[in-house]
Amino acid sequence: MDFGLTDDQREIQRTARELLSERARPERVREHAEAGRSDEGLWHELCELGWPGIAVSEQYGGQGLGRVELSILCEELGRTVAPVPFLPSALAATLIGHAGSEEQCARWLPGLSGGKTLGAVGVARAGVAELVVGGEEAEVLVTIDEDGGARVAAAADATVEPLQSIDPTRSAARVSLADRAGETLDGDVPGALDRCLVAVASELVGVSERALEMTVAYVKERRQFGVPVGAYQAVSHRCAQMLLETEQARSLSAYAAWTADADPPRLAEAAAMAKAAASDAGREVTASAIQAHGGIGFTWEADVHWLYKRAQIDAALLGGAKENRARLAGMLGELSAAVPT
Amino acid sequence: MDLTFNERESAFREELRGWLAANPPAPEPTEGGEDAHYAWRRDWQRRLYDAGWAAPSWPAEYGGRGATLTESAIYFEEIGRARVPLAANVLGLLLGGPTLMVWGTDEQKERYLPPILSAEEIWCQGFSEPDAGSDLAALKTRAEKRAGEWVVTGQKVWTSGAQYSKWCMLVARTDSEAPKHKGLTYFLMDMEQEGVQVRPLRQITGEAEFNELFIEEARIPQENVVGGEGNGWKVALTTLMNERAGLGFALQVRLRQLLDDLIAAAAERGLLKNPLYGDALAELHVRCESIRLLAWKGLTDVERYGQPGPEGSLVKWLWSDTNQRLTQLAADIVGPQALTAGTSWSYELLRARGNTIEGGTTEVLKNIVAERVLGLPRMKVA
Repeated sequence: MDFGLTDDQREIQRTARELLSERARPERVREHAEAGRSDEGLWHELCELGWPGIAVSEQYGGQGLGRVELSILCEELGRTVAPVPFLPSALAATLIGHAGSEEQCARWLPGLSGGKTLGAVGVARAGVAELVVGGEEAEVLVTIDEDGGARVAAAADATVEPLQSIDPTRSAARVSLADRAGETLDGDVPGALDRCLVAVASELVGVSERALEMTVAYVKERRQFGVPVGAYQAVSHRCAQMLLETEQARSLSAYAAWTADADPPRLAEAAAMAKAAASDAGREVTASAIQAHGGIGFTWEADVHWLYKRAQIDAALLGGAKENRARLAGMLGELSAAVPT
Repeated sequence: MDLTFNERESAFREELRGWLAANPPAPEPTEGGEDAHYAWRRDWQRRLYDAGWAAPSWPAEYGGRGATLTESAIYFEEIGRARVPLAANVLGLLLGGPTLMVWGTDEQKERYLPPILSAEEIWCQGFSEPDAGSDLAALKTRAEKRAGEWVVTGQKVWTSGAQYSKWCMLVARTDSEAPKHKGLTYFLMDMEQEGVQVRPLRQITGEAEFNELFIEEARIPQENVVGGEGNGWKVALTTLMNERAGLGFALQVRLRQLLDDLIAAAAERGLLKNPLYGDALAELHVRCESIRLLAWKGLTDVERYGQPGPEGSLVKWLWSDTNQRLTQLAADIVGPQALTAGTSWSYELLRARGNTIEGGTTEVLKNIVAERVLGLPRMKVA
């Protein structure tokens, strides 16, 4: 048993962290968020490196790596709240790649894996998806309906009304699909959605980790009553709690990414656990980050609010903590995880 | 990342599982109180010992199997899965033995290790004192050298199994001039002597799992010093590190069993489909699984990379909090049965309150996480 990354995975992580710490610095994120547009220069660089196709099969122009590798990138992008449409596009590619037909894969995946085509995924009620992250720029849209069925459609065949979510580091839109627009995805939609949940959970782990790091750095520096505020247990214990929640989410997300490729029968449970824990951690940890920053944390300039806003969007994306626990509750009768049998 | 077990580990699991299935402990006594219960666990340890399963993590030269960290975790998983009790001499096996292997002389190892393994001599731990709990190094029990032997006077508390013990791992102050961590020495004290009085400490469950020790001029020969005079703090840390590692794994397996029992109880009462109970049980399931993963990650990181990640300090915190939530939820699910004295759910409900205190309070664990993992400044103590 080994929870460590392979040398290749570590290299992906190192490269991503170096690149993003340089190219997605807070001031650049803020600049793009304020302008309400994504960072096209950065996106172009990520496409050159093949990131959008990391988990797409080589047959369709991707790198053919696994879900663990995709999760590494999601986590790193989450850490920096990079204003690029990576996650929505990766989710669309996951659904089409895992649940689509050969024709559907051939039509959409080469564009998605090269980053030339952008995608997005939305949850629709009566044909309308109210808040589709990345929806404004997407050229291919996947919607999940009430019955758990999925449809893929070209944006040109849908009604896309741009809107502003609370997280301006990514575009959003209200998407309506007419009854017969697009095509159904007839493969394993639940399995594809579980893989999507893991990617979102991994982004939340990155967001939480960064929120904790910023908070720890701040409370070491900020002095009141003659001492760093981090010396007060009311503050330091809050930070310890942030670590606890982040590490719970991290362990479950890593496990879920691993099961997706290595132990698929356990994926449904693992993905639900990962998304439940990461959604809660994302909300709690980023909220704590604002609180521990005090007044400054409530200002536009302090940058912790980008993490909070991203966490709010991701926590709800494709189903929040409660929804995933409700799914788990339905599995509990059969689950007994103490010991592998 | 590879979350599977290798062939050797799987074979270890299979062998133990087969042995446990074929060799169950005697039926648990229903009469005779704690003494009968203890005798039953002592008998169980002898059976484990005869089959070479009392302490698989001990090196073969001391009667163990030289099991790896992963194998010893598998051992506790299987002991838990079979729902057999822990061996009677758990403190000797998990704490005393391993401490002697690091710090003991050859003579000490030869003299003390075999009877630990066979449950002939039971061990207890004399660390905490009424005024030295979380601040262990503030302990006041004094040992003075007189005519070639040590004479000890003081008081210890939370000493489990003291009434059955032959030997006590005792930390006492031998130099009152030295800084508080430096003036301590680690002894093996014979419990069977006039100067040692054991008084049961009745806890909120009504039973007396722990004791107080009143030590009045007890005698300890020089050869029973472990790790050298004035080195007691370091030796004690070895004992405490083993406490977290070995027992921790057994406890998280026990938590999982309780949750499975509670899920079964909820299903029986038709509550599994109730969304409020479903949410609460699913939350506990998520926590149990994260504890399992964090425990395994901590252990395998030590095995592979030589040092634990931050999860080491998190597992005990999360485990104790989760056990309290679980047993509290049980009061809602099983209802009156959990509030009736003498039932197992009522026992678990009350016993769980100790979890966030024993073996490091949650408050101290948070301090450790804040200071050592996150590097936050330590509050200056007046």
